[in-house]
Amino acid sequence: MKINREDVRHIATLSRLQVSEEDLDTFSSQLSTIVEYIEQLNRLDAGGVEPTSHVLPLQNVMRDDLPSPSLPREEVLRNTPDSTGKFYRVPKIIE
Amino acid sequence: MRTETMAASDKYEAVIGLEVHAQMLTETKLFCGCSTKFGAEPNTQTCPVCTGMPGVLPVLNRKAVEFAVKTGLATRCRVSPYSRFARKNYFYPDLPKGYQISQYELPLCEGGYVEIVLDGAVKRIGITRIHMEDDAGKNIHEGAGNYSFVDLNRAGVPLMEIVSEPDIRSPREAAEYMRKLRSIVRYLGVCDGNMEQGSLRCDANVSVRPVGQKEFGVKAELKNMNSFRFVEKALEYEIKRQIQVLEEGGKIVQETRLWDSAAGVTHSMRSKEEAHDYRYFPEPDLVPLVTGQETIEAAASSLPELPDALRGRFVSGYGLPEYDADLLTSEKSVAGWYEEAVKAGGQPKAVSNWMMGELMRLLNEEGKSIEECLVRPAQLAGMLQLIDQGTISGKIAKAVFEEMYRTGRGAGDVVKEKGLVQISDEGAIEAVIDEIIAKNPAEADRLRVGEEKLMGFFVGQVMKAMKGKANPQLLNELLKKKLR
Repeated sequence: MKINREDVRHIATLSRLQVSEEDLDTFSSQLSTIVEYIEQLNRLDAGGVEPTSHVLPLQNVMRDDLPSPSLPREEVLRNTPDSTGKFYRVPKIIE
Repeated sequence: MRTETMAASDKYEAVIGLEVHAQMLTETKLFCGCSTKFGAEPNTQTCPVCTGMPGVLPVLNRKAVEFAVKTGLATRCRVSPYSRFARKNYFYPDLPKGYQISQYELPLCEGGYVEIVLDGAVKRIGITRIHMEDDAGKNIHEGAGNYSFVDLNRAGVPLMEIVSEPDIRSPREAAEYMRKLRSIVRYLGVCDGNMEQGSLRCDANVSVRPVGQKEFGVKAELKNMNSFRFVEKALEYEIKRQIQVLEEGGKIVQETRLWDSAAGVTHSMRSKEEAHDYRYFPEPDLVPLVTGQETIEAAASSLPELPDALRGRFVSGYGLPEYDADLLTSEKSVAGWYEEAVKAGGQPKAVSNWMMGELMRLLNEEGKSIEECLVRPAQLAGMLQLIDQGTISGKIAKAVFEEMYRTGRGAGDVVKEKGLVQISDEGAIEAVIDEIIAKNPAEADRLRVGEEKLMGFFVGQVMKAMKGKANPQLLNELLKKKLR
């Protein structure tokens, strides 16, 4: 499967990434190579194999509904480039 | 056919499906131990898991699964023995992980229904699926100037998404369906059902089609309807709008529309088509969920008596009309209050009348719930006995009940203190009647020669003079004797 320039543009938009015009060609060829490499798996006959959603032989890993301490706000907000001290501050969301 | 003369709205039929998000009443979030308490200081209930820090692992809240299974059973769904989580990918400032953990293929519950009662008829609304997912944070635009603020306390709070079949045909049915779901989740204690605070939210898919057509029309998705009334109003508006577009030869565009409650209209969100490319894939951080027969049976045995069953019992056991039974069972606390009053000796229909009338009126005036009511069920039963014994009239009882409501005191005390005991002494009533006749000789003569409507005038005058305490039956008899 070929990943063309439009596909790259679309994925970039969904990922909120800016990609320059010249990079569109680079990424399109690199991503195509990756997908083609993985596509080799399609040559295997996996008809009788159940689809795997997880590689570990585990199920029902759960915890009880018991509160544990949250992080102090100052510490949490240290991870953001911009805050008011109370809220994360982001560019205005136009709705 | 008289199609030509039919109103446009009769030529079309609406097809509605609802997606309801119910916040589950767990103590902690779906995948971490942060508190879910509403109203905390912004960004004080978050941790590396719910803020999407690298290297963390979500762990599923057992209680949330139990709540979702209960809801599935209460809505007659099949609980899937094997289900799993999926990532729904999109970028938005209130979604720190960059994806919502939801369920896509293999949801927890599928294929159920609920029953709604409309104009005395029962209708089934199918439930396609119920799945679990985590909530996003909250964006604040007001007072943020050229910015938006983000509070992540809500990020990761457990939700159930309850998806209906497109079985709903009118805005009223949609509102009834919402009421029934709210009633069920509140009976189960899995969601508080508060639409204003957003713990119960609803999106609607709505389309119209010519009556008789099998295929669905193009649908619009409606959002932002945070009360039962708005659900109804928004759908009414949207159905009219779509019919008008079609009647004018236009085409419906598939889009998301927001309900603007102030303007009473829906308008297009004009979101880019790309916004809906969610690229779902199985969540690699969570292992599959296997729900065995044991878990399902344990949940089933812990289900309370549900509103439909209770409604049936109120009709057959207490002889109530469907309407009364439906209203009294919409809230578990109201139904409980009712049964207590009846057990305390209240006549079933009389208790229902007083609860649906005076009690609900007083509670609604103050926006109070029945849990906050000072009057105890047995006190209402006690007051009804005073009416039956003729101690107070039905009319006086309204004043007595209001006093009981304000003070929480028993009917007997209120009647004694306010001197409201009904006067059934013939002599006392006759004395007042004579007085009123003497004051109104002309009216008395007119009544004697047959002007019947003046009877009401005399009853009113005597009652007024006696502060409403005269035994009404006796008063009528005595008046008739004197003035015929």
